[in-house]
Amino acid sequence: MEKNVPSIWKAMEAKGYSRREFMYFCGVAVAAAGIQSSAFGQVVEAFEKKARPPVVWLHFQECTCCSESFIRSSHPIVADIIFDTLSLDYTETLQAASGAQAEKCLQDTMKNNKGKYILLVEGSVPMLNGGSCCTIGGRSALEILKEAAADAAAVIAWGSCASHGCIQAAKPNPTGATPIHELVNRPVINVPGCPPIAEVMTGVVTHVLLYGKIPELDSQGRPKEFYSRRVHDTCYRRPYYDAGLFVESWDDDAARKGYCLYKMGCRGPVTYNACSVTKWNGNLSYPIQSGHGCIGCSEAEFWDNGPFYQHLSSFPGFGIESTADTIGATAAGVTVGAVALHAISSNIRKRKIIQGNMEESVSPNKPDHEIVEEVPENGGDQS
Amino acid sequence: MATAQPLPYRRVYVWEFPVRLFHWVNATGIFLLIITGFLIGNPQVLFRSNEAYQQYWFGWVRFTHFASAYIVFFNFLFRVYWGFVGNQFARWSSFFPVNKEQFLDMWETVRIDILQLKLKGKISIGHNYLASLTYIGLFILFLFEVFSGFALYSSMSGSFIPKLFTWMVPLMGGDANVRIWHHMVMWAFVLFTIIHVYLTFYHDYVEGRGDMSSMLGGWKFEKDKDLNR
Repeated sequence: MEKNVPSIWKAMEAKGYSRREFMYFCGVAVAAAGIQSSAFGQVVEAFEKKARPPVVWLHFQECTCCSESFIRSSHPIVADIIFDTLSLDYTETLQAASGAQAEKCLQDTMKNNKGKYILLVEGSVPMLNGGSCCTIGGRSALEILKEAAADAAAVIAWGSCASHGCIQAAKPNPTGATPIHELVNRPVINVPGCPPIAEVMTGVVTHVLLYGKIPELDSQGRPKEFYSRRVHDTCYRRPYYDAGLFVESWDDDAARKGYCLYKMGCRGPVTYNACSVTKWNGNLSYPIQSGHGCIGCSEAEFWDNGPFYQHLSSFPGFGIESTADTIGATAAGVTVGAVALHAISSNIRKRKIIQGNMEESVSPNKPDHEIVEEVPENGGDQS
Repeated sequence: MATAQPLPYRRVYVWEFPVRLFHWVNATGIFLLIITGFLIGNPQVLFRSNEAYQQYWFGWVRFTHFASAYIVFFNFLFRVYWGFVGNQFARWSSFFPVNKEQFLDMWETVRIDILQLKLKGKISIGHNYLASLTYIGLFILFLFEVFSGFALYSSMSGSFIPKLFTWMVPLMGGDANVRIWHHMVMWAFVLFTIIHVYLTFYHDYVEGRGDMSSMLGGWKFEKDKDLNR
């Protein structure tokens, strides 16, 4: 709301942080954003000089697990980015203001920081019934989003709701839940996950903060630095997969030994996230390390991809129990049956042709053998 | 027996060597892909008592799958090329029914092979047009398998070829869906193989024109009256 926004260093200094603590913070920020250490000087300079950008955090159809994850960022000083160094001007969950004051706060931020504020969106936008399934201050989610996105410096979609629609968009999607990037006419940084890893969230914000532009994104709009590798390829149990050693039941010896959870429905091979690298809860563990398969929460439509404990999921349109293999095997059985019937029927209906072929056949020991020899040479071409 | 007059058969070189080579490389490749694909979809635990460092069998299964995929794909590209330079039976023009005669041939095939009625017109020498159309459908499914397979493979490969197909993933809503469809469409190849092998046996048995051996030596045996001369 203040027109002359101080730099991050000034803001920290005013709050009583020492220069040493500031440098430490810069170091953590560099690491969190996955930037090479040689760029450390640039980062310090940016944080010393750049005005700290105001942040608007919108909440639509979501469960707030993204916020919960974010505020539990393992490194206190990284969490401080949002609470001390960024100016978090509007967020329904954490702001002190409420009602008309809160809405004024949002309007002021957008007006005074045109083209400068970072827009963080948590949750999907309902498009059915005129958007009536989610309204704030009497306005629909879509209306608020369009207004806020128009003048934002960058738009970040937090979590699977904002990136893919998540559980609200799972079949039959009763509210018409729609991800942000389909509604906003500009590039959106998708940070999927249910919730995303706190360090990934702070890392993305840090990147935008440092460079003033969006990080390199993949074909699904996700920052490559965190979402370019599969959970499977970075998993510490991967050697067991290549060796062909699998858990086949939750209480077998293989489970105790920590073998690969592939056969227990682990979605690691089809999931792109930083879980097995960054891990959760202060780099403590992640689902697979705790003995449970990945459920692929950062992938689009993961709720509709079948039971979590089944590797080959059910096939759309054929009921819950029908996997591709049951359908395929049934079709193969029917085909073999049809082929067998055809073979029987051929022997009956085509018996005259088959008999005719038999009669055509000549024996090498019978006199008409010579006729056969002559026919190809004398017949054919000349006749 | 002696009363029957032997009919004059002519030898026709139908399948050229490149076509035969394509066929068998393709058949071997797809067989390997199906077997290894099933194993990747539902791996069997073989050597439970060994430590991980002592074995790599599942890695080899996957290697076989990926290597076969490359071979089968380039083999297919070669066949596309041969469709422009090969003989009349190999050309793309023999795959797409365009005129009335060719549609009649298709109907004739339905009549004699499926309804098992009596042959009225001429018997086709190379592919009949019903078979050709089936192959076109199979080629489309084949391309889907290649595209989706490479799309899944792209995240484990540094090569540019799989990277050409990454657009499949967002289009189909993530790797999991690509994987399910990749698996489902594989079954079409199983069904095709059953019918294809059976029909070859059937034609050879009923018509005695050497259908089975033609894919090895290239020769079919035709009665003079069936040749367009």
